[in-house]
Amino acid sequence: MTQFTQTLLAGVDSSDAENWQLKNYARRSGYSAIRKILSNKISPDSVIEEVKKSALRGRGGAGFPTGLKWSFMPKQYEGDKYIVCNSDEGEPGTFKDRDIMRHNPHILIEGMIIAAYAMGVKVGYNYIHGEIWDTYERMEEAVEEARAAGYLGNNILGSNFSFNLYNHHGYGAYICGEETALLESIEGKKGQPRFKPPFPANYGLYGKPTTINNTETFASVPWIILNGGEQYLKLGKPNNGGTKLFSVSGHVNKPGNYEIPMGTPFATLLEMAGGMRGGKKLKACIPGGSSMPVLPGEIMMQTDMDYDSIAKAGSMLGSGAVIIMDETTCMVKALERLSYFYFEESCGQCTPCREGTGWLYRIVNRIEHGKGLMEDLDLLDNIADNIQGRTICALGDAAAMPVRAMIQHFRNEFIYHIEHKKCMV
Amino acid sequence: MINIEIDGQQVSVPKGGTVMDGAKELGIYIPHFCYHKKLSIAANCRMCLVQVEKAPKPLPACATPVMEGMKVFTRSDQAITAQKGVMEFLLINHPLDCPICDQGGECQLQDLAVGYGAGQSRYTEAKRVVVNKNFGPLISTDMTRCIHCTRCVRFGQEIAGIMELGMAGRGEHAEILSFVGNSVDSELSGNMIDLCPVGALVSKPFRYSARTWELSRRKSISPHCGLGSNLVVQVKHNRVMRVLPRENEAINECWLSDKDRFSYEGLNSEDRLTKPMIKRDSQWQECDWQDALEFAVHGIKTVKEKYGAGKIGALTSPHSTIEELYLLQKLIRALGSENIDHRLRQSDFRLDSQLQGIPWLGTSIAAISELKSVLIVGSTLRKDHPLIAQRIRQAVKRGLQLNIVNPIGDDLLTDVTNEVIVAPNALVTTMAEILKAVTVIKNLQVADELKEVISAVKVTDIAHKIATSLLQENPAAIYLGNMAQHHPDYTDILVLVQHIAEAAEAQFGMLGEAANSLGAYLAGAVPGQVESAGLNAAQMLGNDLKRTSAPCQGYILMNMEPEYDSHNSQQALKVLKDAEFVISMSSYKGTASTYADVILPIAPFTETSGTYINTEGRVQSFNGVVSPLGETRPAWKVLRVLGNLLEFNGFDYEASEQVRAEIIPEEKDINGRLNNKLKSFVISVTDQSNTNLQRIGEVPIYQSDPIVRRAESLQVTSDAATPRAWMCSALLDKLNISAGDKVKVKQDQGEARLYAACDDRLPPDCVRVVSAHSDTIALGAMFGEILVEKL
Repeated sequence: MTQFTQTLLAGVDSSDAENWQLKNYARRSGYSAIRKILSNKISPDSVIEEVKKSALRGRGGAGFPTGLKWSFMPKQYEGDKYIVCNSDEGEPGTFKDRDIMRHNPHILIEGMIIAAYAMGVKVGYNYIHGEIWDTYERMEEAVEEARAAGYLGNNILGSNFSFNLYNHHGYGAYICGEETALLESIEGKKGQPRFKPPFPANYGLYGKPTTINNTETFASVPWIILNGGEQYLKLGKPNNGGTKLFSVSGHVNKPGNYEIPMGTPFATLLEMAGGMRGGKKLKACIPGGSSMPVLPGEIMMQTDMDYDSIAKAGSMLGSGAVIIMDETTCMVKALERLSYFYFEESCGQCTPCREGTGWLYRIVNRIEHGKGLMEDLDLLDNIADNIQGRTICALGDAAAMPVRAMIQHFRNEFIYHIEHKKCMV
Repeated sequence: MINIEIDGQQVSVPKGGTVMDGAKELGIYIPHFCYHKKLSIAANCRMCLVQVEKAPKPLPACATPVMEGMKVFTRSDQAITAQKGVMEFLLINHPLDCPICDQGGECQLQDLAVGYGAGQSRYTEAKRVVVNKNFGPLISTDMTRCIHCTRCVRFGQEIAGIMELGMAGRGEHAEILSFVGNSVDSELSGNMIDLCPVGALVSKPFRYSARTWELSRRKSISPHCGLGSNLVVQVKHNRVMRVLPRENEAINECWLSDKDRFSYEGLNSEDRLTKPMIKRDSQWQECDWQDALEFAVHGIKTVKEKYGAGKIGALTSPHSTIEELYLLQKLIRALGSENIDHRLRQSDFRLDSQLQGIPWLGTSIAAISELKSVLIVGSTLRKDHPLIAQRIRQAVKRGLQLNIVNPIGDDLLTDVTNEVIVAPNALVTTMAEILKAVTVIKNLQVADELKEVISAVKVTDIAHKIATSLLQENPAAIYLGNMAQHHPDYTDILVLVQHIAEAAEAQFGMLGEAANSLGAYLAGAVPGQVESAGLNAAQMLGNDLKRTSAPCQGYILMNMEPEYDSHNSQQALKVLKDAEFVISMSSYKGTASTYADVILPIAPFTETSGTYINTEGRVQSFNGVVSPLGETRPAWKVLRVLGNLLEFNGFDYEASEQVRAEIIPEEKDINGRLNNKLKSFVISVTDQSNTNLQRIGEVPIYQSDPIVRRAESLQVTSDAATPRAWMCSALLDKLNISAGDKVKVKQDQGEARLYAACDDRLPPDCVRVVSAHSDTIALGAMFGEILVEKL
């Protein structure tokens, strides 16, 4: 079995019920990154510079360079600024942030402290998905530990830097993972995305400058500070720094989270996950969470797991949720499930998504149940076209992309369904 | 300014402006639903997607900020494809049954579907159905038609100041709702009907009564509050079917209050008079105009011969036109009397001898939007002047400091900087405290006539804050509301306000109660002051009990229902019943038969030409929009004929314009005549040792004039709820009454039985019992002592 350097789960023993605790995190050189910053008086700008060097890209799905995002926060702004951790992990297939918070919560807290220091922020929120209550409770305990140990609160470690962190749990709406809907939700409003511009860096939580990062992104920061941005970059490949957690699910022998360097071949990841269940053939893979385009197995086997490689192959790395489908999978049924999800989770604010997701689902549902028409395929494609790029947030794209990719790569299966009113597989 | 290009045309847009702003500037129409110039940007309908050079995808014109050199294409393939795509999505779940939809013919979706919709739908699934809601008596719903543009929601939040509607649910289940079971109660709610681009929210009173293309659209002016909102009155078969706003940024913007919008129902009331009536030998009988007018003339002549011209009085509503008011005063003066007044609810007339001009707003209405500090004294602002309240609400968002001195603490649905809620008899003291604070801060000498009152008060903390606000924030203004104008110490309040305003270099004025509160002065519908002092409204109605001489024996009433329109309804009724001869010129039967001797049916504002001069001095003339009902005649014509029959000179008008020309030869002249300042007036220190309960008796929003009192739908809104005796909990406890108990409320000789209710925002020892309502007209004056007993 290949062994890689770990940055997020290094030294974490998930079988040990107490391994998550602060004392054990400290034993894994936890909180030494923030100690290093404060005792060496490393300037906030230098911290951002280090993160830029690491080529760390947002782990929530969009892959935006983290250091660059941090540098957007207005420096001279008088008044409150916020950082927000997006732990509203709702993308089907994704379960990495949950494990970071469950097994290594302090690395997230330390990452947020460093981010707050770098951006001159005094208050942060960690918005946790509403359907993982035990994880929320775990985070509450961890934050309490950090507060008691002086890592959170006023004058952290005797410095004049103060930072408070609050956990906030949602109620399970997928749309609240969209960063501006998440902000609305923290504010106590209905979770609906805001129109951008203005972007959160200028008008975020409570109208104040705000930076929102994914759990995994924040959790990557302590290692970067301790070991240097260049070291982190070297772990991966140029423009795709570091390691990443991949949530492998579906028809594999050992589904789970695997931390591997960026640029690791998909084949290696599949092997780490124990290979295909029952030795069956890999038919298709969604490499980045359910909203990303599906890729046929043969293309996937030629692809490396990093932002640029997967983009080149025709999909996106997204949140790193690798959904494996073997040859027994009916792609029509799979698309029906996906389309239902996006239909159900559309917030209803803007027209194309509110009306279009239901239309997509109903057509796929009809095809699956043997009532499809041949012209439905072009209709699906056209509806998806009319949704994609026309909505306030990316949920419209998320609903449209799987449809277009499924029809593009597995058109024959859809035709078979329409002609024979039953599955090909 | 930022320069951009739209469809090949250059345009400059202010920084922060949007592509939509640029397109409007160029006159390029970009289809849209959720966008509205007065509301925040939602960008949710996506209909205004346009192509922007270098942007990878189409962008919404309404929400895309302009950037230097931006090139926009509103009709390119990409733009049109996006717009058509959105239109298809909007239509898939929208019923395509325009022929049975009340919005048909004036529906934005229907209109745009012609341009962007397909001839046939590609959607073959079942359509969504949404359960209708009950939003109250004014707004009818057809929620399946809703396209979720959220204009109604944003209107509530941003313009009306209260979020009564919201979008609940997700995705296809998203729907517009009120809070569980609530109706929409805002006094501006009707605007949501205008804003709704589809047939989801339509007018309940108008629903299914006419098609838009059957209606004639005629310009008019609202006859209610002093704002003079501009109207489009829609008419079918000589009947007013509906009223909509006519945009005038300087007055009502694009809005109307519900009172302006829905009171037209009163025009078609069954209570309308259609024939003249006379009382002969104690029997009422319908007659023709000739008989009625001769009867009237004979009666008036008899009174004059018997008691002298000084015993004839004329009382008119300030909702009459200036032409009517002018001819009435001309008639009464030709008879030899100076007894005429339009200030029926005013109780303090001491200022009359001090007036230097016509009381008015003191600023333009539009100037309210530019104020940085305002003090409003004695006003149920949201109910008396809904659109001025709205203007202030918007100004507060831009930094206006709103200061209130009021006997009631009703929510203005906006941020209030400083607020003093005091009993009516403490209003003068409070204003004196503010004046003292102003003089202390500015180190000014107090005018002699104010020394006594100023030395009697201490500067309270809140008075200091209000004074500071007025002094530091410029421009500032002080406005007196209806309650201040009806107040028994109106003159004292006005004098104090005048001095505060002078010291603070602020404007001051009155929020005109009625459409012609200002115009009536200009038309001369006030008693003579100089040579032969005439009787004012209070004197004519016997409110001035100290007077030894009896009020008049002959009365001419115009547009007036004494039990609703006077300061002391019981007193007014009693006086009129005791009088020997009463002519009532009215559009409605009402109860005139109990006190009048001849009833002349006159035209409401929709059936006559005329002029209103609004509270800022703007002259607005209008034509009749329908012909008079039955044998109804415009009042100016009736007065002209009365003048002729009485053989007076100068009553030979052929058109109302001739009358107007006599009143205002040149419209410019008006401004020079407007002046709120009093010459000099010594304020006496009011005795506050009186601990008896006091009445706060404001006029409810939908009881203010004869038309609105007969508007059926408005009369079932929550604003027209049965009056209750409101008291703070301390007073309830003191009287051993619980909220909900039935109580007996007594004033003078009259009493009313009402339910007690609790409002802890009321000052102690005050009972809020509205006036001008059938349940309370048995009571006396709008302010003054009142008794409450548990039943």
